[in-house]
Amino acid sequence: MIEFRTVTKKFPDGTVAVDELSLVIPARQTTVLVGSSGSGKTTILRMINRMVEKTSGDIEIDGEDIYALNPVKLRRSIGYVMQNSGLLPHRKVIDNVTTVPVLNGVKKAQAREAALTLLDTVGLDRSLAERYPSQLSGGQQQRVGVARGLAADPNILLMDEPFGAVDPIVRSELQQELIRIQRDLGKTIVFVTHDIDEAFLLGDQVVLLEKGGRIAQQGTPAEILSRPTSDFVATFIGADRGRRALRVEVVNGRNVVVDEDGRPTGVLQS
Amino acid sequence: MNWVVNNLGLIWSLTLDHVALAVPPIILGFLISIPIGWVANRFHASRGVLLTISGLLYTVPSLPLFIALPAILGTGILDPINVVVGLTIYAVALMVRSVADALAAVDAGVRQAATAMGYSAWQRFWRVEFPLAGPVLLAGLRVVSVSTVSLVSIGSVVGVSSLGYLFLNGLQRNIIEEVASGIVATLVIAVVFDLLLVLAGRVLLPWAKADPTARRARRKTVETAIAGPSAGGSAVDDPAVSDPSMAGR
Repeated sequence: MIEFRTVTKKFPDGTVAVDELSLVIPARQTTVLVGSSGSGKTTILRMINRMVEKTSGDIEIDGEDIYALNPVKLRRSIGYVMQNSGLLPHRKVIDNVTTVPVLNGVKKAQAREAALTLLDTVGLDRSLAERYPSQLSGGQQQRVGVARGLAADPNILLMDEPFGAVDPIVRSELQQELIRIQRDLGKTIVFVTHDIDEAFLLGDQVVLLEKGGRIAQQGTPAEILSRPTSDFVATFIGADRGRRALRVEVVNGRNVVVDEDGRPTGVLQS
Repeated sequence: MNWVVNNLGLIWSLTLDHVALAVPPIILGFLISIPIGWVANRFHASRGVLLTISGLLYTVPSLPLFIALPAILGTGILDPINVVVGLTIYAVALMVRSVADALAAVDAGVRQAATAMGYSAWQRFWRVEFPLAGPVLLAGLRVVSVSTVSLVSIGSVVGVSSLGYLFLNGLQRNIIEEVASGIVATLVIAVVFDLLLVLAGRVLLPWAKADPTARRARRKTVETAIAGPSAGGSAVDDPAVSDPSMAGR
């Protein structure tokens, strides 16, 4: 469990990116922070592994103040996956995956063995292990990024718009892959995105953020969809538009679900 | 060709002297430039100052420097140390900018990723930033290498043995072959050094061949370096001073 208590982040230029945020991120679930740019979602994520230092407030992991820990050690215990993979271009795929275990002192041969298994886990062929990142496609690089994030078997995995830079088809594949991996591994995942569809797809809990890291609404996707608490939330999730504003029409004695324009999307099973 | 054939021993021993004088400044210049370039890149305020100072160093004419150094260092006037120190100063002058530019060219996303993985600042520099700066550093080092090999000759004017002796002696005695052999031997050293550096790059930076962004960065540096030490980068921190110095040397 990760807990923020009245946490504020003020950057040196005076911008308040996060203003008195209080938030509990439950263990072994996927929590998605979603918001447009300037909502402070990435700042919140990076405060968890202290890549961004808080200005005030408390941040605890499993009841332990993260400021009581050495930041380098803290980061090695938390997986991190970022946009554009952030792979080290001068190291082969396999060496990228073993980065954190090797930093933690695991023997290289042993770490490599485990890394090959991880390549299987993220759906990559083992023959790619000896390639350099630039020789892989964007989607493959992102998979390596996920494997690297999991390599030290961390309890917590931070994902900063990890699928933001790949094309829609690959993104959809990666999302399904992540859902599968999470079903198997049950990590505490904190996932940042600006894409509400991605948030609803992946999140057990979705935290919708407004400017300054203020929580507009927090809950399961179904809770947010069924009862948006403000116009901001309703607009952001597109509750009144297109694919979300579904109606039921009776056709041939069955309930057919249609969207705003009357195009059928499926049949209700009763 | 007679002169060359009759003096192969002399040419060879002067070539060895030349190499012995050129290698230490290239290595020392590189090593000294790393911390200076790091500071220039790390602290915004120091960048302009350090790059200007190092750029100005290159404008000090070499002949007076070789004559002044014995007085400053307390060495003998014929001591090769003078030439080594002088050439190291020029190497630093050229290399500091390369180091600063090379480090600045390291992708910020990769640096952040390294931090997020749990590299300490020291580990991150040596295992991530420095290797990634490699292609641009190598490009800078190649310029330093050529410049140093050619400047070693000046040492002959103050009596430190190098291939420069062949130009001086050949001119005085009007032996064109002797002058030409000095020029050719210097060129050969420069080319061999350059090939060795490229080879070292191939071995040490195998990833750079695969990485299109590294190739682009390297090409750009070579272009700006060839255009002159102050031709690259922004106009703000660039003293437009290097051209007169080249003329004076």
